[in-house]
Amino acid sequence: MIAVIFAIGSSSAAGQSIVLASTTSVESSGLLASILPQFTAKTGIAVNVVAQGTGKALDTARRDDADLLLVHDPEAERQFMDEGHGATRRQIAWNDFIIVGPSADPARVRGGSDTIAALKAIASAQAPFVSRGDRSGTNAAELRLWNIAGQTADILNKERWYRDIGGGMGQALNAASAMDAYTLSDRGSWLSFNNKGLLIIVVEGDPRLINRYDVIELNPQKHAGTKLAVAKILADWLVSSEGQQAIGAYQMNGEKLFNPSAALPK
Amino acid sequence: MAIELRDFFEIVGLSIGVSLAATAFAAAVSLPFGTALAIVPFRGRRMIVVLVNAFFGLPPVVVGLVLYVALSRSGPLGFFELLFTPTAMVIAQATLAIPIMTALVHRASERAWERYGDELVCDGASPTQAIPQILRIIRAELLTAVLAGFGRTISEVGAVILVGGNIRGLTRTMTTTIALQTSQGDLSLALALGAVLVGISISISATVFALAGRAKIAGSDEV
Repeated sequence: MIAVIFAIGSSSAAGQSIVLASTTSVESSGLLASILPQFTAKTGIAVNVVAQGTGKALDTARRDDADLLLVHDPEAERQFMDEGHGATRRQIAWNDFIIVGPSADPARVRGGSDTIAALKAIASAQAPFVSRGDRSGTNAAELRLWNIAGQTADILNKERWYRDIGGGMGQALNAASAMDAYTLSDRGSWLSFNNKGLLIIVVEGDPRLINRYDVIELNPQKHAGTKLAVAKILADWLVSSEGQQAIGAYQMNGEKLFNPSAALPK
Repeated sequence: MAIELRDFFEIVGLSIGVSLAATAFAAAVSLPFGTALAIVPFRGRRMIVVLVNAFFGLPPVVVGLVLYVALSRSGPLGFFELLFTPTAMVIAQATLAIPIMTALVHRASERAWERYGDELVCDGASPTQAIPQILRIIRAELLTAVLAGFGRTISEVGAVILVGGNIRGLTRTMTTTIALQTSQGDLSLALALGAVLVGISISISATVFALAGRAKIAGSDEV
């Protein structure tokens, strides 16, 4: 059936282009550059990727400036759906967040898998911690984890060791590397980051650190001006067995960065 | 993540293309406008001159933001569907270059008008009709103005990354690539691209001056 949809879709959609507002991690990890050419070769649809943090990507779609969303902040996504902006929301893949920090490890959290205990240790050691501070999915995940650890954004922003840099994942990693600070990163951005310096992974493997990526189609009643029919072809491809295989096949330095999960959402 | 050679040429080509288009557009506006400001009297002229000079230091990110809101599909100019296109980048860069070029042309025109104005008026030209002649007299300064405008456009990142969206293969320029590579920790690649950018600026400037030098020798006995 999907093949039929593609056949119909590609005959009318070839030569068209859509704007995909995505998170920085799927772009900077190289995933989209790897899988989108396969989609374009098959359908003739060009995909223009605007990589932003999840919060900004959702706003871009609210203003009608994107045709499709690929984001990773469950709470902000739910709000987007509740406002009636989205039509469907489907998980396409997951990977995980990690806490990275200086190899000297002043808070002594290295080797652990309990994120909350690690954050508490970082706070009590007053070890430098870099926050994205940009309303991205990673920033939202970080603040949720701090909340469980008993710290709110208001309290944290008064602390000198908590450094809100207001930037993307790469900027946060650059800053952490330069300041010998801890930070929360998605694994994909970490693996493709080339200025690690003395930074190492200190905490990983906590179930709380799961990072889910969803594709969201927009609601035609609120976003009539966008190219929703063409966008749907990409959304359907991402969850199709072909798209899922392309996502699962992407590797960097021999490591698989994204686990396809359309069939069994995490 | 390394850059493939094909991507590299695409990026360099787009940077130069967008900046040249923006500079050409800005020159078409600034040259006559800058001279008119110097020689054609009209109400509010003084204030425009002050504004043009103040906009010399227009922050690119503010220009980018205003254009972003205006060009957004839900904004006043949304029906043009220009956001995240090279055209939007040309508009942003031209907006940044026009005050610089206008101010430089205005200053040079003022001096030329002081010196040759009476002569031109005696020949029977109205100030508006004298604009082309003034532009001819100050053609050496026009070169500086155009190069200053081009320098502003090709080096700019804050506005083009907002209105262009840094889309691979469509709106990714040298400066936005440098920002992206830096954010991925590829500092050596970012630095190499920075060196290429400076190299391109120098060669364009040198080429223009060489051409101008030849033109000057050829036409030296005209003025």
